[in-house]
Amino acid sequence: MRDFYGVTLGNPLMLGTAQYPSPAVLEAAFRQSGASVATVSLRREGGQGRAFWDIVKRLGVHILPNTAGCHSAREAITTAQMARELFETNWIKLEVIGHADTLQPDPFGLLEATEALAADGFDVFPYTTEDQVLAARLLDAGARVLMPWGAPIGSGLGLNNRYGLKTLRAAFRDVPMVIDAGLGLPSHAADALEMGFDAVLLNTAVAQAGDPVGMARAFALGVQAGELARDADPMNSRDMAQPSTPVIGKAWL
Amino acid sequence: MRIEVNGEAREVAGPTLADALGELGWGPARVATALNGAFVPKAARAGTALKDGDRLEVLAPMQGG
Repeated sequence: MRDFYGVTLGNPLMLGTAQYPSPAVLEAAFRQSGASVATVSLRREGGQGRAFWDIVKRLGVHILPNTAGCHSAREAITTAQMARELFETNWIKLEVIGHADTLQPDPFGLLEATEALAADGFDVFPYTTEDQVLAARLLDAGARVLMPWGAPIGSGLGLNNRYGLKTLRAAFRDVPMVIDAGLGLPSHAADALEMGFDAVLLNTAVAQAGDPVGMARAFALGVQAGELARDADPMNSRDMAQPSTPVIGKAWL
Repeated sequence: MRIEVNGEAREVAGPTLADALGELGWGPARVATALNGAFVPKAARAGTALKDGDRLEVLAPMQGG
């Protein structure tokens, strides 16, 4: 398995910590999901920071702070620096958002911030698209992990551009890749892993389900199935039928 | 002096960022700070002087996706 900046994850599920009905449900969902990484953010201190930090520490998983909501490289770089001190990790999920409706990454700002942060010793997890040229530039800039989107954040659409994602996966065989954003169902997560991706990152699909704890369990099984399938070398699909039952020896009736 | 703290106007005596954080009740709190858009590490707060009109951001761990 490909590692993430020297860390081998015991489970390919990365789970967000936002939008749960309560802190208790968040904790229960995490335990059911088996997730090995929790994403977190920084916001203006309103008095709840300490309690949330205690919950996150209790989860006992790797912490991946994000730069969600940043629309420029400068903003994202400052946020990353603050996150490194606050969460005591070099890991940063780098989001530089370029469009308010699609929350699509701004490729230019993303590249600029990746370059600056990698040079400053950060382990950058850039939230990117399936664009291969941008992927190559991000790797040149010092990223050792890529996080292409499945679909727009919070949309639950699954893998929106299967061809693009497959091509990206095939183009950079040694690079650990996480499908981040847009997953709505456990089958989407399984799909991503079956396609050869190393991990999936999701939040809304679990947190906003009618039963987040039940959905967390479903995702745990989905990623397990996807990972087993990926490692078992799936068959190639074909356009025409091919009988699975032997033709030779069929009775002449 | 009058500065902006997390988007709100506040009166602080200062003179340093560390002093102001103490005044605002964030002395021992787990927070990260940025002054006028630039990160100020914890170790540099005591040596960072504030001036009228400064824009201070005080951030804490929060839920995120």
